[in-house]
Amino acid sequence: MRKVGWLKGFAMVLAASLVLAGCGGDKNNEAGGASATGSPSASESGAAASGDKIKVGILHSLSGTMSISEVTVKNSELMAIKEINAKGGVLGKQIEAVVEDGASDWPTFAEKARKLLSEDKVATVFGGWTSASRKAMLPVFEELNGLLWYPVQYEGMESSPNIFYTGATTNQQIVPSIDFLLEQGKKKVFLLGSDYVFPRTANKIIKAQLAANGGETVAEEYTPLGHTDYTTIIAKIKEAKPDVVYNTLNGDSNVAFFKQLKDAGITSADLMTVSVSIAEEEVKGIGAEYLTGHLVAWDYFQTTDTPENKVFVESFKKEYGEDSVTSDPMEAGYVAVYLWAAAVEKAGSFEVDKVKEAAKGIEFNAPEGKVTIDGDNQHIYKTVRIGEIKEDGQIVELWNSGGPVKPDPYLATYEWAKGLSE
Amino acid sequence: MEIWISQLFNGLSVSSILLLIALGLAVTFGLMRVINMAHGEFIMIGAYGAYMTQQIFKSTLPKSLFDAYFPVALLASFVLAFAIGYLLEVTLIRFLYGRPLDSLLATWGVGLMLQQLARTIFGAPNVAVSSPTWLDGGWALIPGVVLPYKRLFIIALVAFCLFAMYLYIYRSNAGRRMRAVMQNRDMAACLGISTRRVDAFTFAIGSGIAGIAGCALTLIGPIGPSIGTYYIVDAFMVVVLGGVGKLVGTVAGALGIGVFNTLFEWWTDASLGKVLVFLCIVAFLQWKPMGMFAVRSRSLDG
Repeated sequence: MRKVGWLKGFAMVLAASLVLAGCGGDKNNEAGGASATGSPSASESGAAASGDKIKVGILHSLSGTMSISEVTVKNSELMAIKEINAKGGVLGKQIEAVVEDGASDWPTFAEKARKLLSEDKVATVFGGWTSASRKAMLPVFEELNGLLWYPVQYEGMESSPNIFYTGATTNQQIVPSIDFLLEQGKKKVFLLGSDYVFPRTANKIIKAQLAANGGETVAEEYTPLGHTDYTTIIAKIKEAKPDVVYNTLNGDSNVAFFKQLKDAGITSADLMTVSVSIAEEEVKGIGAEYLTGHLVAWDYFQTTDTPENKVFVESFKKEYGEDSVTSDPMEAGYVAVYLWAAAVEKAGSFEVDKVKEAAKGIEFNAPEGKVTIDGDNQHIYKTVRIGEIKEDGQIVELWNSGGPVKPDPYLATYEWAKGLSE
Repeated sequence: MEIWISQLFNGLSVSSILLLIALGLAVTFGLMRVINMAHGEFIMIGAYGAYMTQQIFKSTLPKSLFDAYFPVALLASFVLAFAIGYLLEVTLIRFLYGRPLDSLLATWGVGLMLQQLARTIFGAPNVAVSSPTWLDGGWALIPGVVLPYKRLFIIALVAFCLFAMYLYIYRSNAGRRMRAVMQNRDMAACLGISTRRVDAFTFAIGSGIAGIAGCALTLIGPIGPSIGTYYIVDAFMVVVLGGVGKLVGTVAGALGIGVFNTLFEWWTDASLGKVLVFLCIVAFLQWKPMGMFAVRSRSLDG
């Protein structure tokens, strides 16, 4: 009798979990479209166009330590899709977003990317934040000839044929910010970052740039992602007496670091910091009172003065609430969707190779100013901006590069960067 | 010289934080042998309790009273975590006594559910909690060494909680019942103690202390749905190292780990420092598997 009871229980659990899995799957699709199999005209990287709908994938961390930053990028990408659909969609088809959660776990990004490309047969994917997630997804996209639009600033040294990079590369964010600091006379730099590929590669570049331009790397410290106790690091900073701390911490660590920095009695007047992973959204989560006067380097601020930006900020607040803020990665995600739509219209097809070919040289009036896709390396021209965080949580521009800068992911135009690319 | 004093204080401060997050776990794991993987989420609940109290104060009370929100938040976090802990014990944990693997899995699942619940209610991004102004600044012990008031407050809070726990466990009737149930459950039941009620209450108190820890941690760290995951491993390390069943063991464990972590981090870096601390813990546990202060009782291990 016992054995039968056990079997029955197991069968019930199995049935229940199958039902739940089935229900869970539907919730991910924005429109309740039926799952489409590839139409006869689709190539093997297969755009699943069924009737008047075309699927695209959105793959960001909706849970875990990176969700504090990535959820808003997903939101702005969805808003761009909604706007394009309202104007008639792309090639006459309405865009349907398949949203997946990378859960701040890099292998999960690769797994979900594979699922989006081979099962959902999406035409393209907008996703990623950390370089670790992008590097995990890269082999999947190259193997299945998919197309990824990566909207976050990163350490460069990469230009995959299957990725379009709408975030800043090093010569559009880090390199100009170091030049800015050197011009201000801040020569002794303390490098502090989270322990993964982006800060490590960025610091290699910064050290070379400082050495070639009369600066000095006072120290280089790394903490694991999610680390929350910075008392010892702050003591080390105090002992090293740098002119500026170049901060490449990411995620929750920034909250802990700046709170504890202020606790130790250090304000931006005592010690300037420059961050490249803190935007308006993170300022909200940390508290502007801990960040007042500190600098950030990006290509877009919510305060950026273009007519496109006014419309962008207004629409975003209307869609997601008056309290919401816009930031550089969100804007880059928004731009990525529009650039893909423009490339598809120019190519007249959803096929990855045709879209890539058509994307070269496409221009768009983005909220950050005009951007152009550089066909050589699949990055975009962006204007560099350095800003200061104010008490109200907004970032005010202190300096900009005067116009869009050509992307140079391998730093080929810099003498001191020879030997840095792998 | 200043470096030594400030590092010593840093070690003490890190120990006090470890003790705060581990105290609740010492109660549930140590006294009840329930592996509660959702302990980190109770810390998160406490932190969000502080956030909600802050929002209520901001919207309903005049600005001058804002600074008073923190003591209220401490109480509110305790009550909130206590209530949710009691609910969890009555609906789930009570069926899992004596089954450590099952309680581990079940509470891990509960932890994930609580994280997602927080994400659904408050959103995935972090929320900001402003610390009260009377905690800003620090005590300049000697020129060059500033001891932040927030960290001094946390040390004082931990000492207070420890004292309150000591009074409760060793000087009150309820505590005596708890000790009786912990040392010999069957005998205690024979003598008329309602083991059900004692269990539920003990678990709820452990969770409530985690709530207080969460509220205190809003002063120095992030407040988001997944902050529990940052603290859970450390909490278990402290309890396992210190020895299961005695509060003094937890204190010793926290002090040991906190001070050594700060020392190692100063000499090497954050990642390597943590690795070295864990290596030391593993080595120590080889020598003394029951932890620093183990309870020796007559009843056979179940």
